[in-house]
Amino acid sequence: MADDRRLDGNAIGGMMLELFGVEMTTATEVCRTCGTADVVARLEVYMDAPGTVVRCAHCKAVLMRIVRGPDRTWLDLSGFRSIELRSPD
Amino acid sequence: MPQISRGFHGRRSEGPSDRIPPGQHLVDDFPVLSAGPTPHTPLDEWTFTIQGGAEPASWTWDEFQALPSEEITTDIHCVTKWSKLDTVWKGVSLDTLLGLVDHDAGYLLAFCDGGYTTNLPLEHVTDGKAWIAYDYDGEALEPEHGGPARLLVPHLYFWKSAKWVRGFRLQDEDEPGFWESNGYHILGDPWLEQRYWGD
Repeated sequence: MADDRRLDGNAIGGMMLELFGVEMTTATEVCRTCGTADVVARLEVYMDAPGTVVRCAHCKAVLMRIVRGPDRTWLDLSGFRSIELRSPD
Repeated sequence: MPQISRGFHGRRSEGPSDRIPPGQHLVDDFPVLSAGPTPHTPLDEWTFTIQGGAEPASWTWDEFQALPSEEITTDIHCVTKWSKLDTVWKGVSLDTLLGLVDHDAGYLLAFCDGGYTTNLPLEHVTDGKAWIAYDYDGEALEPEHGGPARLLVPHLYFWKSAKWVRGFRLQDEDEPGFWESNGYHILGDPWLEQRYWGD
C-alpha cells in the first residue's frame, strides 16, 4: 500500500523551478547518509504529508523537506551532501 | 478494509461550527498522509519505550496489551484542513504510561518506526488528553493509519498523533520534531489555527 503513495523526483520539478529558477530534475545529488549519487528525477517523493518529503532511493534517508505556507516556504536540504547543477551550454 | 484516500480529498461539508475549527472542512472517509514508506514491524519485535525517566521503561506488545485500556470517541483535525467527527479508538492513556515512570520532565519527543518524531508538552498529553491507540473502529489499527500503534492527541492537529510510534524521550526542553523543525507550529492547536511558525 505504501508504494502507491510514492512519486519520483519529477513530481517536484515544477516546485524546484519556481523556488530556485533552475531545472533540478536532471541535477545529480549525493546522499549525506549513504553517499550514493543519483539524479534528482530518480529520488522518492511523498507529497501527501503535511509537507513534501524527498528520500534517497537507495537508503530511504530524508534528503529534503519542503513546507509551503500561504506566504512562506520552508526548505530543509540537510540530507544532501551535494547537488551538482549543470551550467547552460 | 477502510477507505483510503489522499490528504486533500474527501466529501466536503461545513459541519457543526462548534466542532469544526476555523479553516477546516468535514470528511466522511479517513485520508492517509505519509512522509515515507509504511513500516510493517512484526508484533513480536515491537516494543514501546519511555526514555529519560529515573529508569528506562519498556513494554513488549503483549505487555502493552495487558495495560489498562480505554475506548475514546473523538473528533480529529488534520492541518491539511480536513476534520473527521466521532472517530472511535482504543488504547492506553498517557496518564497510565507516565504514571509508571519516575520523572520530572516537562516535554516529550515521540519517536517512531521510519524516523518520524513529534514534540509535545506534558501538560498537553496528561489529564485524559492523549493515548497510544492500537484499535480503530473496533479493528486492529491498519498500518496505513499508523498500526500497530499510534499516538492519539486529538485536541491538536493530527500530525502530532504520530503514526507507528515506538516510544518517548522525556525532556526538560521542547525540542522540535520532524515537521515542527521546518515550518510547522511548535504546538499546533487547531482552534487557534496554529499551522505554521509564528501563527
